[in-house]
Amino acid sequence: MNNVFVYCEIEEGQVADVSLELLTKGRKLADDLKCELEAIVIGHELKGVEKQVMPFGVDKVWIADDKRLYPYTTLPHTSILVKLFDEEKPQIALMGATSIGRDLGPRVSSALHSGLTADCTSLVIGDHEDKKNKKEYKDLLYQIRPAFGGNIVATIINPDCRPQMATVREGVMKKEIVSDAYKGKVKNIDVEKYVKPEDFVIKVIERHMEKSKVNIKNAGIIVAGGYGVGSKENFNLLTELAEVIGGEVGASRAAVDAGFASHERQIGQTGVTVRPKLYIACGISGQIQHTAGMEESAMVIAINTDKNAPINAFADYVITGDIAEVLPKMIKQYKENTK
Amino acid sequence: MKGLKIVVLAKQVPDTRNVGKDAMKADGTVNRAALPAIFNPEDLNALEQALRLKDKYEGTEVTLLTMGPGRAAEVIREGLYRGADNGILLSDRAFAGSDTLATSYALSCTLKKMGKIDIIIAGRQAIDGDTAQVGPQVAEKLGLPQITYAEDIVSAEKGNVVVKRRLERGVETVEGKMPMVVTVNASAPECRPRNAKFVMKYKHARAVSEMQNADEDYIALHNNRPYLNIGEWSVNDIDTNAEELGLTGSPTKVKSIENVVFQAKEAKVLEPTEEDMGELMKELIANHTIG
Repeated sequence: MNNVFVYCEIEEGQVADVSLELLTKGRKLADDLKCELEAIVIGHELKGVEKQVMPFGVDKVWIADDKRLYPYTTLPHTSILVKLFDEEKPQIALMGATSIGRDLGPRVSSALHSGLTADCTSLVIGDHEDKKNKKEYKDLLYQIRPAFGGNIVATIINPDCRPQMATVREGVMKKEIVSDAYKGKVKNIDVEKYVKPEDFVIKVIERHMEKSKVNIKNAGIIVAGGYGVGSKENFNLLTELAEVIGGEVGASRAAVDAGFASHERQIGQTGVTVRPKLYIACGISGQIQHTAGMEESAMVIAINTDKNAPINAFADYVITGDIAEVLPKMIKQYKENTK
Repeated sequence: MKGLKIVVLAKQVPDTRNVGKDAMKADGTVNRAALPAIFNPEDLNALEQALRLKDKYEGTEVTLLTMGPGRAAEVIREGLYRGADNGILLSDRAFAGSDTLATSYALSCTLKKMGKIDIIIAGRQAIDGDTAQVGPQVAEKLGLPQITYAEDIVSAEKGNVVVKRRLERGVETVEGKMPMVVTVNASAPECRPRNAKFVMKYKHARAVSEMQNADEDYIALHNNRPYLNIGEWSVNDIDTNAEELGLTGSPTKVKSIENVVFQAKEAKVLEPTEEDMGELMKELIANHTIG
């Protein structure tokens, strides 16, 4: 009772990275709260799935295995979570800010009248004093997220309603195994008792999933472009530099919106969070929406025509100049110095 | 053939690309008065999906529903200019300070009062919160199925809806039964532009709270042309439990907000010359950052 729960997403029998990252964060929160960490896996052909999650410090794994539960549809997954949360009364429930988590989370929070905060970038335990009503709250979940287009950072709390629910994007939290020998319990959910026939009203007729081809999340070097790159042609220069120095190409939301790069390359609050050893920011002004996704880079080179661009505050090297002029020189110099 | 009854949920949002210093109030809620207001972009994608169904199925009626202050009637006018049939502005002090759940509750109470609806279409999320919660929360409160991340409502016939969804790692085509809630992605087709004929017809469309200072002639014009009166509902027009409205009905509270401050760090400034680029590359190779 009153434990920390993490909803684990499944794609082709594998627990999603974002879920493992949340288990890592969930373990930390459970330690702070001196309670247990529980995982919920809903899908089909899940035999042995507990082995994927337990090393992350899971004390109990709930498994709902039924062929109607994969691929994911909203209603049966909602019914299982709502009933399970009703019975188990978790104090915290976390899920990925993915197309599944963002479909499921609000539905569950609406059914339970519990607060949900989307896209948190940080989750910590803390106290709260409600001065107006003279009430003290101990050990609440601080759900910290950028708001308002990233111009502010808000700390959200749910003082009275449980569970305290939050979603987090992939790559925001770190994934860390506690111990390969960590042992938890397995609880199989009797699916028939949790779902209703009318939950299966939505049918998936066709499905084309692909493994993300672009892997900017784990790239050691990222050459990222913003709106200031100016054109798709100029973006090719970024690709060329990335290929030469062995990196991946990333982009800001503005560059993606302008059609310079595909969405899967988007870095920032509404894209992925990256921590490369080198981040080369080309024509990126440095709005918080973007920097939230790259500020932990070990080294940053900022190339911009505006010598006062906010991105420069994050940079180890600032180059004031035009992309079309600077990048070819970098490529040339790299080649000459590695001969 | 009998057409569909469609309601589009639309929100007037502050343009978060133009945020000034006084954008937030001391209690952590948004000071909407200080910001330029626009039609939430993905709600326009949602409107386009509704208008396409209207083009396809004769007799279909598209109604916009928005919650907000009096000036949010602008969203309804904008929808009328593009081809919607009518709209309702839900406006009351009682809704002030609502989080997504209290908003969803107020909207679902309104939708219940609007009679039989086949499809409720909303944008996936609003740019002021980026939460994507209101669509699914409304669906849950109404006990309806939902299809989120829609890119194309392929068909809505014989009680069935077929929708193409765009997910982060692929596409999915799903089928469900009406009534249902659909939320639409930005990757869906853009909304058609204003139609000059509709602009002429509806440019004087006003909600009650916009008519406060109207002169007699203007009131007479609205009496003669009923379609110029935008429906405006208050909390008294819907059945609600006051406990679930506004700030009281919102489980999430803003504990604190921080303006974002950039931490400056010492940076080495380089000129875009061959010489400086050469030095930079030598340094990066020497400390094993690249190469």
